[in-house]
Amino acid sequence: MTSVAVASAVIVLAALAALAFGPELAGSLRRRLAREPRPEPPPPAWDPGRELRAERRARELLADVVSEEELAMYDQLGFLSVPGDGREDSGYAYLLYPHRPIVAYDTGSGELLNEYCVTFPDRSEPVTGTRLPDADDVLAKWLTLHGRERELIAVANMHVPGRQVDPDQVRRDLARLREWRAVRRARAAA
Amino acid sequence: MKPGVGDVMLAEGDPNVSEDEQRLIEEFRRQLDLGMWAAVPTAERGHRQATLVRDFAEVPRDAERIVFFPPASGG
Repeated sequence: MTSVAVASAVIVLAALAALAFGPELAGSLRRRLAREPRPEPPPPAWDPGRELRAERRARELLADVVSEEELAMYDQLGFLSVPGDGREDSGYAYLLYPHRPIVAYDTGSGELLNEYCVTFPDRSEPVTGTRLPDADDVLAKWLTLHGRERELIAVANMHVPGRQVDPDQVRRDLARLREWRAVRRARAAA
Repeated sequence: MKPGVGDVMLAEGDPNVSEDEQRLIEEFRRQLDLGMWAAVPTAERGHRQATLVRDFAEVPRDAERIVFFPPASGG
């Protein structure tokens, strides 16, 4: 009987306390939550394999989108060559390097024409940075050149060759590209 | 395409199924609202191309995928 009376008294006291102090406590809590900004979510733990995994996934996507020859070119030479105006006979083409300017060149003479400085920064999740994996950057350039060449060139900052990319290196890359294509043609013909 | 991640599957479905199509359209619009560009890779007789689209109606019904990526800016 005594325990029932004690329990009843506790319940009654709790109810009275809630009525008396509840609104004030709730208000205080609300004010504190409003004053104190929520702490930033902790950055993801450092993961040295993350970029490598991202690069592998990006290369898989590149492999699904570009041709077998272009994928081999990227794997073996480290860049892509895309014909201008979507036509092999346009007379010019672009070299696409990861995270470097696009270089336009004359397909007949090999003369370097322009550098187009363009980036694809993703600012949606600053925690993981704004820089796409290398293969994604090259694919973004490839997609845009095929889909909206004029728009991409209009957005880019245009410079004469040599501003950011070493022209001698590009000339060597063009020579490597010619040799590489000749070897592929010879193998295909054999 | 995401920094530090690579490609991420956002949605998949058959556009000929009404519910799937609605979900695909919603995700398409969400990505464009985020400022992303949308490209549809295509292959014709082994020749690889791509079309950039601004409306889901522009996406070919038989498209295998739409690739969303951040818009280009001068570097």
